[in-house]
Amino acid sequence: MKKFKRITLLCGHYGSGKTNVAVNMARLLRKQTDNVAVADLDIVNPYFRTKDSSGEFADNGIRLIVSDYANSNVDIPALPQDMYAITDDKSLSVIIDVGGDDRGALALGRLALKIIEENDYEMLMVINCYRPLTRDAQSTIEVMREIEYVGHISFTGIVNNSNLGAVTTTDDVLDSVEYANEVSKLSGLPIVYTSVEEHLYNDLCDKIDNLLPLSLQARPV
Amino acid sequence: MADKVLMKGNEAIAEAAILAGCKHYFGYPITPQTEIAAYMAKKMPKIGGCFLQAESEIAAINMVYGVASTGKRVMTSSSSPGISLKGEGLSYMAGSDLPCLVVNVQRGGPGLGGIQPSQSDYFQATKGGAHGDFKMIVLAPASVQEMAELTVKGFELADKYRMTSMILADGTMGQMMEPVELDFDVKERPATPWATTGTKMEREHNIVNSLSLVAEDLERLNFERYERYAQVEANEAMYEEYMTEDADIIVAAFGIASRVSKNAINEARKQGIKVGLIRPITLWPFPKAPFEKVADKAKAIISVELSMGQMIEDVKLATGCKVPVTLCNRVGGMIPSPEQVLEAIIEANGGAN
Repeated sequence: MKKFKRITLLCGHYGSGKTNVAVNMARLLRKQTDNVAVADLDIVNPYFRTKDSSGEFADNGIRLIVSDYANSNVDIPALPQDMYAITDDKSLSVIIDVGGDDRGALALGRLALKIIEENDYEMLMVINCYRPLTRDAQSTIEVMREIEYVGHISFTGIVNNSNLGAVTTTDDVLDSVEYANEVSKLSGLPIVYTSVEEHLYNDLCDKIDNLLPLSLQARPV
Repeated sequence: MADKVLMKGNEAIAEAAILAGCKHYFGYPITPQTEIAAYMAKKMPKIGGCFLQAESEIAAINMVYGVASTGKRVMTSSSSPGISLKGEGLSYMAGSDLPCLVVNVQRGGPGLGGIQPSQSDYFQATKGGAHGDFKMIVLAPASVQEMAELTVKGFELADKYRMTSMILADGTMGQMMEPVELDFDVKERPATPWATTGTKMEREHNIVNSLSLVAEDLERLNFERYERYAQVEANEAMYEEYMTEDADIIVAAFGIASRVSKNAINEARKQGIKVGLIRPITLWPFPKAPFEKVADKAKAIISVELSMGQMIEDVKLATGCKVPVTLCNRVGGMIPSPEQVLEAIIEANGGAN
């Protein structure tokens, strides 16, 4: 597993699987270093947030930077009050779960300048060709450009998280490789990881480079 | 590239509506259904359709009223408090015999309540929903695939009977993601000779209106409308049965509650309890037949709901109170767990072995 930068930003169209990738990366990062935080900057999604994993984070000594109102009935686009720890506390290694698409990425603009100045970051686009508005490379690139435009910061790599939820097969993942390569070619960015649910890992690890096994957050039903 | 796409329930409704030929959407954002409006905002301009964010829910439903009068497929969507605001418009459209699709992705209430899932608008949806004698066809999806399929079905039924179809989903169904296949057939629309499309001086004026100046006329319209509703009741009830063949305990549940219940039933079956599920897919017309069938042989029925007990009344009516019906519920944005339902099943079966 490669060494993480101090800040890893995960962006993508909503439903790309950012949050699950973020949770799993935080676990990996925690194995490399002690002072780890996950920052949830999502201002759009009402349900299924990193906060669902708050118990596990607490058990593993991972700090969660999240709005007090996430997963509550306070239906306002709120940011965490300790958000600036991301850029101000340089001893912290952070995984940032940025909100979905350009609306969700709006909050990023606030931090972008300092992140670029420090220049110890990776900004990854999480892509899923089975999502309706990112079915092909071209539309995925459009979403990337929209996020960069409002976030005032550019991508450095791609995470191919193409999946169909619980019924994803190894073939579904293999079928997505061509799409991910096309996104990589058009954007000029490397595919840093291809992420799959744990149970698919063994069948795919010798077929796809940099394969990242994911253990998913609990689903309600 | 792929046949299947991974969609949120809300997106599936929006995409299916577009596939069904709906080119007019009017709405106002409210959690947890906002993705329907967001999806329409992105897609409608690309297909030459109209997405309009109205200044309020009341404005949106009256825009729906206007487009429906011209015979075009049209829809709106909201969540519980927003549906209450649309009530007046729903009644006016019923009084004008106009087809449309209304989506309610329910959240906890009453009042402003919360943004977590709920099924507590069952009464509002199935017993009229506003003033006057009227009904809406109410469809209750239990998967993202069904969110899409019932959207198409909703438009078709609305046109067939010239009335409102309502998709009664809940926050979980709206927010959860599942793979969907969108290659369903969309039937050709029936003609709309009643629509206000301009006479071109070639025919009499069509009048779309819910006001009657003479009481005798209004009475006649009500009687005629209820004859149509009787046809809907006779022809359109939909339901799913799961392991009811030998069951002496029946769980009644729709939407998200039916998914939880299936998990509980599978577990109870492992323990040797003969239990099955009746899942109404149409809530109005309520599927009476499967309940009448089990009324003589089941020893207990459990109604699993995300409400204080609303569908339970229809279950009691359908079974003629021949079987004891108990409630297993969570409310206020909470969802019953499979364990809670299993406990209710074990209790109905006479307690633990």
